Amino acid sequence: MNYFPDEVIEQIFESVTSQKDRNAVSLVCKSWYKIERFSRERVFIGNCYAISPERVIERFPGLKSLTLKGKPHFADFNLVPHEWGGFLQPWIEALADGRVGLEELRLKRMIVSDESLELLSRSFPNFKSLVLVSCEGFTTDGLAAIAANCRLLKELDLQENDIDDHRGHWLSCFPESSTSLVSLNFACLKGEINLPALERLVGRSPNLKVLRLNRAVPPDTLQKVLARAPQLVDLGTGSYVLDPDSDTYNKLQATVVKCKSIKSLSGFLEVGPRCLPSIYPILENLTSLNLSYAPGVHGSELIELIRQCVKLQRLWILDCIGDKGLGVVASTCKELQELRVFPSDPFAAGHAFVTEEGLVAISAGCPKLHSLLYFCQQMTNAALITVAKNCPNFIRFRLCILDPTKPDAVTMRPLDEGFGAIVQACKNIRRLSLSGLLTDRVFLYIGMYAEQLEMLSIAFAGDSDNGMLYVLNGCKKLRKLEIRDSPFGNEALLKDVGKYETMRSLWMSSCEVTLGGCKALAKQMPTLNVEIINESDQVEIGVDDEQRVEKMYLYRTLVGKRRDTPEFVWTL
Amino acid sequence: MTLFFFLNLKFLSHVIFFFKSRSRLKSCWSIYHSEAKTKSKAKAPKMSPEVKQQSPAGLNYDETKLTLGLPGSGSKRGFSETVDLSLGSSSSSSSGARVECCDQGCVDDGGVTTHKAPAAKAQVVGWPPVRVSRKKLMKSCKYVKVAVDGAPYLRKVDLEMYNSYQQLLGALEDMFSFLTIRNCLNESKLMDPANGVEYVPTYEDRDGDWMLVGDVPWKMFVETCKRLRLMKSSEAIGLAPSTPPRCRSTN
Repeated sequence: MNYFPDEVIEQIFESVTSQKDRNAVSLVCKSWYKIERFSRERVFIGNCYAISPERVIERFPGLKSLTLKGKPHFADFNLVPHEWGGFLQPWIEALADGRVGLEELRLKRMIVSDESLELLSRSFPNFKSLVLVSCEGFTTDGLAAIAANCRLLKELDLQENDIDDHRGHWLSCFPESSTSLVSLNFACLKGEINLPALERLVGRSPNLKVLRLNRAVPPDTLQKVLARAPQLVDLGTGSYVLDPDSDTYNKLQATVVKCKSIKSLSGFLEVGPRCLPSIYPILENLTSLNLSYAPGVHGSELIELIRQCVKLQRLWILDCIGDKGLGVVASTCKELQELRVFPSDPFAAGHAFVTEEGLVAISAGCPKLHSLLYFCQQMTNAALITVAKNCPNFIRFRLCILDPTKPDAVTMRPLDEGFGAIVQACKNIRRLSLSGLLTDRVFLYIGMYAEQLEMLSIAFAGDSDNGMLYVLNGCKKLRKLEIRDSPFGNEALLKDVGKYETMRSLWMSSCEVTLGGCKALAKQMPTLNVEIINESDQVEIGVDDEQRVEKMYLYRTLVGKRRDTPEFVWTL
Repeated sequence: MTLFFFLNLKFLSHVIFFFKSRSRLKSCWSIYHSEAKTKSKAKAPKMSPEVKQQSPAGLNYDETKLTLGLPGSGSKRGFSETVDLSLGSSSSSSSGARVECCDQGCVDDGGVTTHKAPAAKAQVVGWPPVRVSRKKLMKSCKYVKVAVDGAPYLRKVDLEMYNSYQQLLGALEDMFSFLTIRNCLNESKLMDPANGVEYVPTYEDRDGDWMLVGDVPWKMFVETCKRLRLMKSSEAIGLAPSTPPRCRSTN
């Protein structure tokens, strides 16, 4: 029963923007469901196989922005064969057929073809924004279609995609009349770029705020581009190799000084010696710095750079910064909220790496830290306990010890207590990745304390089924669980099959679950797709129930078995 | 006396640790896998899973028990089993992929066989969990120019592709087809059988000095080598050792 007319409720719903809240609102009553669905503009589909495009369009005819995710997370690390699935084509076809007024499409780990991009570019006259993260299957020809046909394009953001570069003229495909660009990121492209076309494009895009170049863009073009876009807020450089005594260097330096608005800096895929001082003028305003693809920035040059970044909130860096370098970060970047330290070339001359010391220093110096991804050589329980005390506000805590079963480096004990301290202190922790030597105990702690945990990544950990059971029992908000190389088997898998309906997905590879176990699960839970990925040349799969399953991926779905499975994927 | 005992325990803990983590990636220990494995699951011994009570010095002798178990026997999968050894096409059964030596100078004794294809380094699939685009950064790549006296143009080799001097020579033999390897006692040389000209492999190091290839441990060589030159023996006065009387060919 409504106390207000529908229009009023609709107005109220307009301020309800988060997906979660909208979903909750739609469950209140039929009337609210109806009002909500007609007013919904943004839809997030965390697993593209959980629902069909037709049903999405039917329920949300006003759809303008769609986010889709395809392959499971471990696909990033080559654990999922490329053709597993996550095809964009059926979605584009359905959206086009349904005459949806699509304006924004955000994809992650999907297979995108040039054909799909072409269809996309022709089917939605108001299309404004395309964001592709970790996708594959397309070439610069597809980009050319987007550039040419999407008259109102504001955003083309390509992050870490595997794109076949046909040495595009794709940049020249932006028509001369196109002046609407706000964000352009092609850093992941490997090939050459039409440099004059780039300069002209930037020149006629007064609203351009984000520009991330690829390696093929040399410093003199960078200078020309910056000169035409001093209003940039986010810059990713291409190649930064130049002679510090040259004219180009001086020009670049003078141009950089004028770019007062740059808050986010990345790139430096190649750096020449003594070139970095040219960017010093903008460092003090930076809130985000990504040098994780810049192995050429190291040692004292790197330290000198960091010392000036006093306002930094987000830092992505390589582990060649070393513990000492992290100490400098800790004393300089008091506003730091997110830190990612990636592993670098272990054989580079003078290679440093990070240990628990660096992390402790960061936790002591940066109390606002809430997101961490840390690849390190070693860790200790004592360090983790200290970190937990210093930073109780972690939302994301991902630790990766390069030797995945390494114990506490000092006491040689498992790291159970350390991670236990983290989950106990950090009441809001939503995402956790474990590594190091770990027994069932750590899972007991996680089950007991990690009440808000939504995503857990486990590798080479645990002793028995109890480990997995503690987690499934205890973490009520768990949505994604991914496990590899751990001794969890059928007993854990089958104990509480209803749990999986409350989750988005479960991945288990190189564990102890058998074919029989998976079959039993699939039989009991028809609302789950239980997929077995079998890449071996073994002839007789599916005959022996005692056989261990190498890779299993299960997810809840409203639309049953998918019809595009390749031959090595078997849905039970 | 107690100090001595403690030192011994510490030493023992290192030894135990060595046995416990036999095949970890990028560890400090150089180890062989005794058989070339395409699927590494079945044969590696499993570690005893239970963490039993600790002795006062923090050692756990139970952990070090290596128990051989059949596949699917239910005990914990050790890290070693996930090591995926993918050798080059001409893999021979007697030498497996080698895990890197540590910087502290484990001496590489130069490989067991002459692999034509460079042997891939032992890798755990999908570990460390970094995206492919980042893995390329991690994968080191050390291309150096190779000049051969008398050849009209230079070539480039990626030193990171090889684990030993023998493998490098094999690659050079492939690259410059007129060369063959001759093994004399413990020395390998390259020569042109057509005219009997012998070539001495030399390299320029970081200080700009020309050195004879083979003196320093392989890893150190990779780090310091800036380029290679196969010098005609006749010119390598003062660098090349005197030719011993008998030489046998490897091929």
